[in-house]
Amino acid sequence: MGLFILRRLGVMILTAICLTFIVFSLTNLYPNLEKLAKTQGNFRMSDEAVTSYLTNRGYLQPRLVKYGQWLGVMPGYVIDGSDGETRARCAANRTPDENTATFCGIIQGEWGQSTVFKEDVSGIVSTRLGLTGKLMFWVMMVMVPGALIIGVLAGMREGSRTDRSLSTISIISTATPEYVSGVILIAVFATPLFGMQYFKGTATSAMDDANFNNFFLPVITIALYGMGYIARMTRASMTEVMTAQYIRTARLKGVSFPNIVMKHALRNALIAPFTVIMLQFPWLLNGVVIVETLFNYKGFGWTLVQAASNNDIELLLGVSVVSVFVVLITQLISDIGYVFLNPRIRIS
Amino acid sequence: MDYDLRNDAYDGPILEIDKLSISFFTRLREIPAVMDFSAKIQPGEALGIVGESGCGKSTVALGVMQDLGVNGRIVGGSIKFKGRDLNTMTQEELRDIRGSQIAMIYQEPMASLNPAMRIGKQLMEVPMIHEGVSEKEAYERALEVVTDVKLPDPKRMLNSFPHQLSGGQQQRIVIAMALMSKPSLLILDEPTTALDVTVEAAVVELVKDLGKKYGTSMLFISHNLGLVLETCDRICVMYSGEAVERGSIEGVFDNMQHPYTQALFRSIPLPGADKNARPLIAIPGNFPLPHERPQGCNFGPRCDYFEAGRCDQGYIPMGDAGDDHESRCLRFQEIDWNAPIAVGAQTEKPEPGRVVLKMDNLKKYYEVAASALFGGNSKKVVKANETLSFEARESETLAIVGESGCGKSTFAKVLMGLETATDGEILLDNKSIGNVPIEDRDTKTIADVQMVFQNPFDTLNPSMTVGRQIMRALEIFKIGNNDNDRRERMLQLLDLVKLPRAFADRMPRQLSGGQKQRVGIARAFAGDARIVVADEPVSALDVSVQAAVTDLLMEIQREHKTTLLFISHDLSIVRYLSDRVMVMYLGHVVELGTTDQVFSPPYHPYTEALLSAVPIADTKIKKKHIVLEGDIPSAMNPPSGCPFQTRCNWKDKAGRTLCETEVPPVRMLAEGHQVKCHLSDVDLAEMEPVIEIAAE
Repeated sequence: MGLFILRRLGVMILTAICLTFIVFSLTNLYPNLEKLAKTQGNFRMSDEAVTSYLTNRGYLQPRLVKYGQWLGVMPGYVIDGSDGETRARCAANRTPDENTATFCGIIQGEWGQSTVFKEDVSGIVSTRLGLTGKLMFWVMMVMVPGALIIGVLAGMREGSRTDRSLSTISIISTATPEYVSGVILIAVFATPLFGMQYFKGTATSAMDDANFNNFFLPVITIALYGMGYIARMTRASMTEVMTAQYIRTARLKGVSFPNIVMKHALRNALIAPFTVIMLQFPWLLNGVVIVETLFNYKGFGWTLVQAASNNDIELLLGVSVVSVFVVLITQLISDIGYVFLNPRIRIS
Repeated sequence: MDYDLRNDAYDGPILEIDKLSISFFTRLREIPAVMDFSAKIQPGEALGIVGESGCGKSTVALGVMQDLGVNGRIVGGSIKFKGRDLNTMTQEELRDIRGSQIAMIYQEPMASLNPAMRIGKQLMEVPMIHEGVSEKEAYERALEVVTDVKLPDPKRMLNSFPHQLSGGQQQRIVIAMALMSKPSLLILDEPTTALDVTVEAAVVELVKDLGKKYGTSMLFISHNLGLVLETCDRICVMYSGEAVERGSIEGVFDNMQHPYTQALFRSIPLPGADKNARPLIAIPGNFPLPHERPQGCNFGPRCDYFEAGRCDQGYIPMGDAGDDHESRCLRFQEIDWNAPIAVGAQTEKPEPGRVVLKMDNLKKYYEVAASALFGGNSKKVVKANETLSFEARESETLAIVGESGCGKSTFAKVLMGLETATDGEILLDNKSIGNVPIEDRDTKTIADVQMVFQNPFDTLNPSMTVGRQIMRALEIFKIGNNDNDRRERMLQLLDLVKLPRAFADRMPRQLSGGQKQRVGIARAFAGDARIVVADEPVSALDVSVQAAVTDLLMEIQREHKTTLLFISHDLSIVRYLSDRVMVMYLGHVVELGTTDQVFSPPYHPYTEALLSAVPIADTKIKKKHIVLEGDIPSAMNPPSGCPFQTRCNWKDKAGRTLCETEVPPVRMLAEGHQVKCHLSDVDLAEMEPVIEIAAE
């Protein structure tokens, strides 16, 4: 088991390096850099001025060298600029002194400066991730138990009235994307239009102090969409398990129906949806982009949108590194959990 | 409740089924599955229900359990368990009886155990639900019962998951589960169909012993007449939803009173049947579908004694044939049951021709990575075939016999070219083909070596007409110049396998199992195959159809001088149709000889056990009783020395250390009879025949 996790971690790091390299190359394309130079310097820079600006700040080094520096496996640049100033990467583009480190990259914890927020990227990423973590936690708390209960209830008696009505609800909720359901929910529950103004239409205040009133709508908007999907998977798996022969064995052993469902069917029925639930994590990361923007909740997704629209290269890279790790770690957890659920799979 | 069901004072019949009718309801119509079925089981008695698939025998069992699903319903009659009608019980009362008073053992042990629950927990559940005992006491009880069903290392067993056990062990666990609360009635639904013969023999033995020990009554459902003879006191033969004959085992086996029972017995290969001198008599026609049953007697259209105007009029009641023996036939008193069997067309035994296929020291090893997940370096070698050497001649039938994992299917794959040999040679007409994979074989070789598969239900493309599939084979074998040619040839092939030409345009799902297998045979013979490997071609078919399909194979073989390699685990049918027999165990050929040589002493100890394990449906047969301990070892981890030494009953005679250390050499006992065993000639000569026909 330990060896398995080690191997998986190795694969994860390799994947992370490949993915960040792709993002790094794309954000460091010349037109992007030119735009950066013009927003940082002045908008009427000549082409020569752009080139010297970029050269002085190390942007025009070979791509692999730049990537190595960003990663922190190559020494940061120290450039004697054409304007007479000496700039070092590790001294935030000022003249280096004896305290300046040789290496400064992701590995050393130097995530760079955000050009939009004028703050350390690591600080931004960690606070925003915390906020999104809070949102995701509550989404999962609502979505997973809700979906499993709906799925199990629908699947334990296939074709019954409960099954049909619950299935219809799940199909409708999955078929409605967040930007539709979010707008509808805001219109119904956050405006006086229908006389049901129970919740707030913005979740900005939830960043500091989340309560039922200001947090319910964003949570339920994301949860509804995923809930239908997981419920459908659980239902399919449950109906299959309920027709299995060992369920008949249990029934003819005299086990009562609730016990058949809880003790015999549930664990077997959860094996398939478990993978799907874990796959929901990465999907949630991208789902929150819409919902956070819609409800003005300044979390991870919102930061991503800001970074992308403002050409904030360092922030964008930081966000993608974190996303890659979140995705890979949830997949690792999913694989390990699968082993515990399904006794037929043994690692070692 | 009138009285306590656990009360042992009750001394009437345990189960009394009276005029039971069960129907399944679909949107279109009501389909009667069981009609007018009556049976009685006394305490300690075992009743066997025999019939072909679809005759309603399993429905009866589920009816007793009151578990017919959403569509099934009991439409008439009563099922009384210890005097109380199960039909009128509430769900709670039923739940109380299920598992504690009536327990069931199922056909597929793997499917009927919960894969995600430890064995111990599944067993302990039973007394905990029904008797409310503590977990500790339940564990003690489970341990005791697991010891009772003769499983090694009971503590480890209780802590395992079902997939960690072999098929035979799983079935023992299912039996243990049924016995956990000492039920009064045990329902066994084809309990050994999925098991190997030697394992089957041990399981049957166990069930019999435990039945005696606990005084349990049994309802034994099977399609195998021999098995019912060995286990039951009374028998009930079912045909198309009705019980057609009922009586004691001796009464029905020796003095049958219904044409269907008689036809059934004539279509199974009993010792004495011979493909040339005394061929089997297949039952003509097909089993009627539930909604297409004929007027009057259901068996009428297939019956030799059918009398128009009498047998096809209205309901036919059970008639009393005396001595607790009943028959659902209007004419049973008129028929002369002792009339000699009209012998079918006798044929000359064809002389085997020249050698067409020769195996020379053929070996097939597989390399398996020890842990697939990590692709570790430790590789294990599975020796699937170990030095196979034999010859097969023109128009000869060579049977390859052995249980699962003995390497018979691997051998077929190598011969077909799906795998290549690790070592040694396969010579087809003196041309080596052992190392030529099927992609590189020329059309002629492929057409020459063809295969008939075990399961006709899976081997036909469900979305292509039967005719198209045969024509496709013809195209591949480059036979015929155009579609018209091939169509003509395809129709001839349908004639050859005795299917109506109209079947060419049918889809496989419109065909019965036997008909599908005929299509499979037609496809194999499309390119005038000279060697046909038949891999258990009839084991998925019903008894009455088996005879017809076997006969067809024999007939085609006689006409085409085909070499037939008949792979099977069923020794009765092997004895009936093969000229020579090769017995395999764990990749080794342990015995090879003509059918007479293999079926009479001296035997290899494994052959001896195999012969003893096969149930024979004849009361006149006396069998020596040999039960093998344990399971077949895994080919991944074969025992040292002789492959059979772990289960051999003769090991002490041959010298333990010798058997455990050295692989025995191949010895010639007589012309063409070879055995791989350490036993001395004296010991071999002392062997007694396993099967003896008692003097009449």
